[in-house]
Amino acid sequence: MQALTNKAQAVNRKPMTLLERLYLINIIKGMLITFSHMFKKQPTIRYPEQKREFSPVFRGLHVLNRDEEGRERCTACGLCAVACPAEAITMEAAERVEGEEQLYREEKYAAKYEINMLRCIFCGLCEDACPKDAIYLSETFAPANYTRKGFIYGKSDLLIPNPLTEASAFAEAKGVEA
Amino acid sequence: MSEQTLFKVTVDGITIEVPAGTTILQAARQIGGEVAPPAMCYYSKLKGSGGKCRTCLVEVSKGSEKDPRPMPKLVASCRTTVMDGMEVKNITSDKVIDARAGVVEFLLLNHPLDCPICDQAGECHLQDLSFDHGKSKTRFEFQKRTFKKHDLGKNIQLHMTRCILCYRCVFTADQLTNKRVHGILDRGDHAEIATHIEKSLDNEFIGNVIDVCPVGALTDKTFRFKNRVWFLKPMDAHRDCPTCSGRVTLWNRGDEVFRVTARKDEWGEIEDTPDGKPGWICNTCRFDKKEASDWVIEGPREISRASVISQGHYAGKIGTTKPTETFLAVNGGRAPHLLMDIHDESEVNKPTIHLGKIQGPSHGDTFENKTESA
Repeated sequence: MQALTNKAQAVNRKPMTLLERLYLINIIKGMLITFSHMFKKQPTIRYPEQKREFSPVFRGLHVLNRDEEGRERCTACGLCAVACPAEAITMEAAERVEGEEQLYREEKYAAKYEINMLRCIFCGLCEDACPKDAIYLSETFAPANYTRKGFIYGKSDLLIPNPLTEASAFAEAKGVEA
Repeated sequence: MSEQTLFKVTVDGITIEVPAGTTILQAARQIGGEVAPPAMCYYSKLKGSGGKCRTCLVEVSKGSEKDPRPMPKLVASCRTTVMDGMEVKNITSDKVIDARAGVVEFLLLNHPLDCPICDQAGECHLQDLSFDHGKSKTRFEFQKRTFKKHDLGKNIQLHMTRCILCYRCVFTADQLTNKRVHGILDRGDHAEIATHIEKSLDNEFIGNVIDVCPVGALTDKTFRFKNRVWFLKPMDAHRDCPTCSGRVTLWNRGDEVFRVTARKDEWGEIEDTPDGKPGWICNTCRFDKKEASDWVIEGPREISRASVISQGHYAGKIGTTKPTETFLAVNGGRAPHLLMDIHDESEVNKPTIHLGKIQGPSHGDTFENKTESA
């Protein structure tokens, strides 16, 4: 049969010579390649002692923001949930009653706010949609686990520490900067 | 019956014949689509409404066949009747577009822009209007006007800062109820909707002011902050009501009824019942019948594709009947082994909490008490 291309090569079935059958030259050749890597720069990062820097556009776990006075910014408007392509966000709203003015910024707030991190694809559309600057994607990622429990993040997992009442926790969460 | 005189009127180059005495707005609505000017205060089912908001301004480039001079100023199309041979420019006129942008800017001067909180968001005419005709920036640099809060009773919530003073609710109370207890108090910049010395609105048909309100000034207290309209499923339903037509739209989530409203047509007005009367609904239907068993469901409501309410909804009848579960038959009667039931973990949409059945808005303790007892 005529070959379609000229790439086909006939298999060489010639018996190997003694030198070839010892494989010594080939082993030395291979070891030399391995040895030469001793003098090259290591690309490995020793996680978790060493951590790679995040890209400035990295999108990690969500946080729910507070304003300067420590009030929750989220008003449960539902725009993050409607923008979410994975339908990971659910919430239930409640009305602020008298005496809660220092807790919530507006007259309506999210009594329950949940993000299902199993569903979330970290696209950041919720951050884009938020009219109140309430949700942000941080530079951390969800820790791995063996079960699905614990991946439903509620308000206690998402809210940032109050900058007024929990100043030390807030500074720690923000990260120490010079 | 005598011959009706038909007038020929051209709106944006589309000619239509309408009976004498028809307004330009009604003629344009008969053509339909983009040609119809927006209307915030005019409501065809309410006598005397219109002429206040100036959003329906159009340019009349030819007065009539007999007097072809153009009208010197833009006219309010809801209050101007057509003449034979009249030529009207709506969206084809730069003057109209410019004037409408100005009107929107004025309407939004004192508007709090609290759409994330407002229950009307998603079905608000002011949102639509400013999206279609407004500018993205305001030039207003001063404090927005605020009001002392008035309580209008247990069913209706008033947010005076959102009001655009269209008077629709005043006409509704005048024409549907035998005694109007609310109205516009004060004048000019201080004008506000209120009852004189704190009365509650409790006439049997007063709930219709919620439906006629083009903005979120009058909203349903039984639905307040319960859910956003675009997460709900609008279903046409009816019940045998002794006081009203009983033809409503249910706003469901699953099988739970969150809100009941009248059926609205493409202009945001209440639909007519088959016998030709406007389908106003009574307070019992609107506020008290929040059980799915109270209603006979006819099918899903048609929602415009452009509306946010249509998101996540399939067109037609899809999604109205539950699919038959084939898993058990295929798997020899064994139920699937679930790795996690979402209700074990999640605190949202708890099967034990029925938000739709709580009378007023929910508060922080609503959720806590229920979770303890559950």
